[in-house]
Amino acid sequence: MKSHWQILVVDDEEVMCESLAAWLREDGYHVDTAASGREAVEKAEQRDYAIYFVDLKMPGGMDGIETMMQIRRRHGEASIIIITAYATVDTAITAMKEGAQEYIVKPCNPEEISLLVSRIIKVKNLQRENAILRKKLSRQYRVGDVIGKSPKMQEILALADEVSSLRSTVLIQGESGTGKEIVARAVHYSGDRRAKPFVAVSCAALAETLLESELFGHEKGAFTGAAQQKQGKFEMADGGTIFLDEIGDISPKLQVDLLRVLQDRSFYRVGGSEEVKVDVRVIAATNVNLRQAVADGKFREDLFYRLNVIEIRIPPLRERREDIPLLAAHFVEKISHELGRAVDDITEGGLKALMAYDWPGNVRELENAVERAIVTCRTRALTEDDFSFLVKNPASAQPLAIPAGMSIQEMEKVLIAETLRRTGGNIMESANTLGIDRSTLYEKIKRYEIPR
Amino acid sequence: MKYFYVGATPEVERVAFEAVRDRMTAELGVAVKELPLPGVEFAFDAARGQFRSTEVLEMLVRHCPADGWKLLALTERDLFVPVLTFVFGQAQLAGRVAVVSLARLRQEFYGLAPNREVLLERAAKEALHETGHTFGLVHCADRSCAMSLATNVRHIDEKQDAWCGACAGQLHRALGAMG
Repeated sequence: MKSHWQILVVDDEEVMCESLAAWLREDGYHVDTAASGREAVEKAEQRDYAIYFVDLKMPGGMDGIETMMQIRRRHGEASIIIITAYATVDTAITAMKEGAQEYIVKPCNPEEISLLVSRIIKVKNLQRENAILRKKLSRQYRVGDVIGKSPKMQEILALADEVSSLRSTVLIQGESGTGKEIVARAVHYSGDRRAKPFVAVSCAALAETLLESELFGHEKGAFTGAAQQKQGKFEMADGGTIFLDEIGDISPKLQVDLLRVLQDRSFYRVGGSEEVKVDVRVIAATNVNLRQAVADGKFREDLFYRLNVIEIRIPPLRERREDIPLLAAHFVEKISHELGRAVDDITEGGLKALMAYDWPGNVRELENAVERAIVTCRTRALTEDDFSFLVKNPASAQPLAIPAGMSIQEMEKVLIAETLRRTGGNIMESANTLGIDRSTLYEKIKRYEIPR
Repeated sequence: MKYFYVGATPEVERVAFEAVRDRMTAELGVAVKELPLPGVEFAFDAARGQFRSTEVLEMLVRHCPADGWKLLALTERDLFVPVLTFVFGQAQLAGRVAVVSLARLRQEFYGLAPNREVLLERAAKEALHETGHTFGLVHCADRSCAMSLATNVRHIDEKQDAWCGACAGQLHRALGAMG
């Protein structure tokens, strides 16, 4: 919809001004004109134009560059195109330095203006869409939207709210599936950085060298396959927050690199010699006891204290059972909507079954259980029977049947899926049971496309 | 009773004028009248070697008869507006007059052999385009519609010599209002 976007054409020559305005109007834009820099600034005060076409040479003490600077002061996001009949490299450089988006020489080819305007409008549309999505996201993830009425959760949410506008590093500890990332997002979207990126990285999902390049980026030719320079997650999160999940799993070398980022707010891309400075808030999370890891010599003490500026410990679901009904009701509503099912309630018997279970996989396991129950449920409310699969103690589950003719890969896939199911999606517990490390487990989950 | 006028400056070949006039008659389904027009030498810009399109439009407004609802003019002269290197045509948006230049619709402008069929087809498309603007239509996102923006002859050749359903609907509502 072009008509949403308004354009201001600024030129002291009326015929020039009107001919460009008329041409743009034929393209469906709402176009205003101004005969001087002063008039343009006055109009810009009353209306926020998407694009300004500004003639460089204008009399009356305010030329195109000055006009552009005045408009920029009022509308930092405005796209300004400088038009001039006097094409010199110097004026082009000055215009671009002062923030002109483009520089065109009149008379210009109609195709050039047409492409230029459509390119700017395309970016404006994306920016607007992005702003709407960001708004939606921040609404979804604010502290007030995290579910939990138990005193323990209330305490955590109050702390999250309190620290949201600080830049201090936060360490979130909690078992797998307790919602560490949700709390991290709540901290980000409730604070001053909410309009900037929230970038999440799972440190256990990647091998050391890959993680290093993922976090810090790499230069072209840094290693085999590095065909292009690549931005790392720290650069992507500039101005915002980086969420480092499963921080307890990073290698000693990366611990040193991370310590440097936390101390100096700067780093080097892999294979690079130029220091990259960033303004990033770090929120780290772990499901291992980091103090113990420090005592065991597996985690650097200095890094631990750098990370542990503000500590948030999320209790496992079994320690805050009073949150189960609220969480279950939320998942019923959310999953029914997503799956297009008419299930909208849980019976008393259904709730009893949920309250009696131990939830080793925590909130994530509860969500999975509700989804499984909704898929098989034939009525509007989930009953005890719909949760019969929870009654089994995972430890005493039936052994796996391996039919003859199954390949080793197929067997491995079944084994991993079943182990994940029994642990409620708990990666650490599953990896321990299977006798493999977590990054290997992540790699296999990805390769076999196993749902978690 | 108001009429849709089609006019041409003296240098325009009769065959081109008739082709456009007949296309407009068929497309609009209303009475179309002919109007001889003077030359546009007054609009010549020596520095650019082209003709000022806006001045041509002003002349057309003066020449549009009292019973003229719209006036579409054809000229062989190469037109421009000050900010652009050229225009294929120009119209008053939701106004009375429009002009189409045949100069850059000719194959010979691009160093190719003359081709009357190609010229007449392009002229018909541009006539529909500029006429559409006089009915308040703006550029259409449908690349096959005559109202889509063409900034070179390849674009003109790619589109149809007809309005898309949406543009035709808007135009015929305006025509209905003409009575």
